[in-house]
Amino acid sequence: MNKIRTIIGKEWAEVFKNKLVFFSVVFMPLLFVVLPVATLWGMNALGEDAGNLSSGGGDFFGDFCQGMNEFDCGQAYMLSLYALLFMILPLMIPVTIAAYSIVGEKTTRSLEPLLATPITTKELLTGKALAAVIPAIAATWLAFALFLVSSWLMLSPEVFRLGIQPYWLTAVIFVGPLLALFAVTIAMMISSRVTDPRTAEQLAGFVVLPIILILVGQSLGLFLINGELVLVLAAVLIVLDVILLILTVKIFQRETILTRWK
Amino acid sequence: MAIQTENLTKKFDGVTAVDRLTLTIDEGEVFGFLGPNGAGKTTTVRLLTSLIAPTSGQATVLGYEVGRDDQEIRRHVGLLTETPGMYDRLSAWKNLTIYGRLYEVPDVPGQVEKYLRLLGLWERRNDPAGTFSKGMKQKLAIARALLHEPRLLFLDEPTAALDPEAAKLVRDFIVEVKGQGRTIFLTTHNLEEADKLCDRIAIFKTQLMVVDSVAGLRGQLYGRQVVFHLAEPAAPRVSLLQTLSYVQHIEADANKLVVALDDPETHNPEMIRLLVEAGVNIQFVGELRHTLEDIYLQLVQDEQN
Repeated sequence: MNKIRTIIGKEWAEVFKNKLVFFSVVFMPLLFVVLPVATLWGMNALGEDAGNLSSGGGDFFGDFCQGMNEFDCGQAYMLSLYALLFMILPLMIPVTIAAYSIVGEKTTRSLEPLLATPITTKELLTGKALAAVIPAIAATWLAFALFLVSSWLMLSPEVFRLGIQPYWLTAVIFVGPLLALFAVTIAMMISSRVTDPRTAEQLAGFVVLPIILILVGQSLGLFLINGELVLVLAAVLIVLDVILLILTVKIFQRETILTRWK
Repeated sequence: MAIQTENLTKKFDGVTAVDRLTLTIDEGEVFGFLGPNGAGKTTTVRLLTSLIAPTSGQATVLGYEVGRDDQEIRRHVGLLTETPGMYDRLSAWKNLTIYGRLYEVPDVPGQVEKYLRLLGLWERRNDPAGTFSKGMKQKLAIARALLHEPRLLFLDEPTAALDPEAAKLVRDFIVEVKGQGRTIFLTTHNLEEADKLCDRIAIFKTQLMVVDSVAGLRGQLYGRQVVFHLAEPAAPRVSLLQTLSYVQHIEADANKLVVALDDPETHNPEMIRLLVEAGVNIQFVGELRHTLEDIYLQLVQDEQN
């Protein structure tokens, strides 16, 4: 456990000195709070007129907010849509950290002395994975908490309750870490194969696609996130994470990495 | 016994990098492992530090078996890799502290301070390693390799790419470490360095070519040779010494007479007397010492032929 803590400390000491990593951990969550808050504030400022901007809104929202006027319904819908952003954060942040953490060892040629220490592959990968997952989860939860508090202060209790259903808490608190682990394992596998942090980050960046598709689907009114979908997502992620963890350890062969990394 | 290998072999995708290496290295010995680029020196170091697994054959390092006791081997040996591989954004202190913890050193701050002071880096302890010169980074890497006080130290090209001053500092430190009774396995291209530092050397090119002390190799290849520098052409004087029973070989090279014999300490006085009595003006007499470079090139050339 001490060695895992040492690896986590080393990773944080190193990667957070990288501006791009620092930006992704601090700026992205801030943006994801400011953007919805500004939109909701704007809607409030425009008042009822905002609800009339799109014609046929009632059909669009369908059964989402029965008995609520179109303006309130629009706000609740936006709230629900923005909540989905907090499922993107646990995917984006660890990808950047993990990409730099693994490929960084390649570029500085620091992996060989590290592997020459009595650290096991599991300890090393656990340390690196946790170093990427912990800040992602912390930043996501903190940003989500800020988003919740700001929305609660700005919106009526009915709109807030409708926009932020209890399953969003499940999604962010439980599915968020599973997503982060999913992203980290993918990033680590890709990083083990490429030599440039940016390439690793760009390739691993594709992990956000499924969530983007859900976001697009919801914004187009194709479907709405609900508790059932969140549970299905959690179940699928648990299975995927276990498979990916095993694969990551298998792919991270000390010998292959030492002899083939140039 | 610090290291013992038997038919140690490593192949990569069918290409043999190390072929049936059989070797014994005693505790406290400084062992030079020489060979051309791509000879398999770094692969051998990686095998013996349990970083990679052998394809066949066996090796024990400090009594631990490679492939079975890998964690123990890593715990007890120190490795200076070919490139320092420091964390450039972190300070010298932080770099060593991380490794101290990974090696489970009991008093990490104490050991870090000890080696930073020993290697003259104490004043720069809070500076990022990335701001260090190549020589300073190499010294920091040596400190890292010694933090856990290993009994066996692998040094892979410790002075490569260093300027002469930094290289000398590193060499002096190796001498100091040698004085502490540690076993050192040194790979280097610098033959003068190997000659100065090593008790025995191996010349290796995928397979082991020779293992001996430099003096032993010199004796094996060239025997002992005495050179007489004359004040005149040497060729007419060859006949004066040629008939002596202990002279194995004699040749003239401009003003020099080169005589091969077993025991110069016993026979030099007689040879000098004969030459002087014959009216030869002798300017200098000395033993012809072939350098390790001569020995190395001779052996590698023989191998190629």
